[in-house]
Amino acid sequence: MKAFRTLASYLLMLALAAFLMAPFVWMVLVSLHPRKSEIPSIEHLIPHQPQWSNYDFVLRHETLPVARFFVNSAFTAVSVVVLQLLITSLAAYGFARLRFKGRGWVFGLFLGSMMFAGPVTQIPVYLLLRDLQWLDTFMALIVPGVSSAFSVYLLRQFFLQIPLELEEAARIDGAGDLRIYWKIALPLSRAALATAGAFTFIGVWTDFFNPLIFTNTTEMRTLEVGLSIFKNSYGGTNWPLQMTAAVIVMLPLLMVFLFTQRYFVKGITLGSIK
Amino acid sequence: MSLLRRRESRLGWLFVAPATLHLVVFALFPMGFALYISLFKWRLFKDSPEFVFLQNYVWSFTEGPFWNALWNSFRYTAVSVPAGMAVALGVALLVNQKLRGVTIFRTLYYIPAISSGVAVSMLWIYVFLPETGMLNLLLRMIGVSSIAFLQDSTWAMWALAFMSIWTGLGPKMVLYLAGLVGIPQSLYEAAELDGAGKLRSFWSVTLPMLAPTTIFVLITSTIGAMQVFTPVYMMTKGGPENSTDVVGYHIYTEAWVNFNTGLASAKSFVLLVIIGGISLLQFRLMRRQLEGYSAS
Repeated sequence: MKAFRTLASYLLMLALAAFLMAPFVWMVLVSLHPRKSEIPSIEHLIPHQPQWSNYDFVLRHETLPVARFFVNSAFTAVSVVVLQLLITSLAAYGFARLRFKGRGWVFGLFLGSMMFAGPVTQIPVYLLLRDLQWLDTFMALIVPGVSSAFSVYLLRQFFLQIPLELEEAARIDGAGDLRIYWKIALPLSRAALATAGAFTFIGVWTDFFNPLIFTNTTEMRTLEVGLSIFKNSYGGTNWPLQMTAAVIVMLPLLMVFLFTQRYFVKGITLGSIK
Repeated sequence: MSLLRRRESRLGWLFVAPATLHLVVFALFPMGFALYISLFKWRLFKDSPEFVFLQNYVWSFTEGPFWNALWNSFRYTAVSVPAGMAVALGVALLVNQKLRGVTIFRTLYYIPAISSGVAVSMLWIYVFLPETGMLNLLLRMIGVSSIAFLQDSTWAMWALAFMSIWTGLGPKMVLYLAGLVGIPQSLYEAAELDGAGKLRSFWSVTLPMLAPTTIFVLITSTIGAMQVFTPVYMMTKGGPENSTDVVGYHIYTEAWVNFNTGLASAKSFVLLVIIGGISLLQFRLMRRQLEGYSAS
């Protein structure tokens, strides 16, 4: 009976994995078909001769600078992650470890903004960036993302768990708050920083709406927007190249996720109710 | 002491200052400004703002397309959120067992959620293709004739909702897993002593104990579903026959295609109020249920 249940569980888990992964496997296989070929049927899904040159072709595409999109996305994502970790960890430390007047309601504002930002702010932020003449520059891609209420909340939850005794010991040794933040709180929260950083990286890399609105020249597009242009300019016909481009967008995400995934469970659940 | 307190207070503000400034400039001020804009008849790049007070809100509600968009979003949310939650709970139960290699499956199931929205949309265009698509291939095996999911106004919305279950599984599953781990084993032992079977203890122990998780998942996924944009933009452009013109996409078109800046702002506030209302209602209803359980 027990063995039967175990077997059934494994079969179910495998079937589900197959269902969830099938589109990805298909994407990679199609990306290796010859350019401009028809959509392959299931029996012909595995390419006779894998066309690795498709990747080279897409990255060095003559009309769409995919390599440039890649650089834009990478530069934006790395800048946002670094700046955001710094800014939000400072705030999180302040909220978790320091008492000051108005702390409660300021933190409440952060929490509230997490619930309802959505489409409401898109037009005013666009106008603001336009007045600052930041549209179509890295400033527009980076600055709106350098802080996030979610990261503040996440890091605060971790900082709250650091034992007070550690802080007191450091104080007796003459350390100030900035030193405690830098030398104790941050090093102890490496896992939290990795979680927040990974969430941010994935969020920025996959953000479609903001770069779509805030940039308009081809040179300033990110990969995500570039991919949508790529799809439209091929009119849904050149599937192998479309899928090649899709793989190029996905790979960095997958790598960041695989390196940080052991923190994810902790991060998500801390971001919820506990 | 009070000097120390004041020093700590100043220091506290210094720590939170950059993030708070950012919050004010990129969230709070824009929200206020959006409310202000919504009182003007204004077409960006075309004419200058003209104060019309609440007229934009009146216009929004006298418009068929806006009602259609609200109705579409509602349909999308009402199907994708509960179904997605049920699937996620089922999967969480499945991978909560002590089985060798189970963490690998948990990781795999999360991957759709971290994927690029545009790339995923492109993949699913293929999944939904008539004749050659993956889904129609499966349907043909059980003898159902081919359906043009994205080109058929009766199916397009359900196709998008189906896809959202696939993309949203990971995070919901992880939240439910955390909830499941938090249930004390003693409750199950007590239920077993009382003669409860597996199904009974699921209804009387697992589900009530998961209520806080359920509230959280329900509210956050409703907020997300009511604002869905990327798959609609990529896969259907609101069509066929406006059957997938959801509010998020409708507001985008109003703001960035028609450049009806004032009207789009008003509509975004209507959406905000609706989402706020639904969230509050869900929270109230679920909390009452929670209190009922803790009392019994």
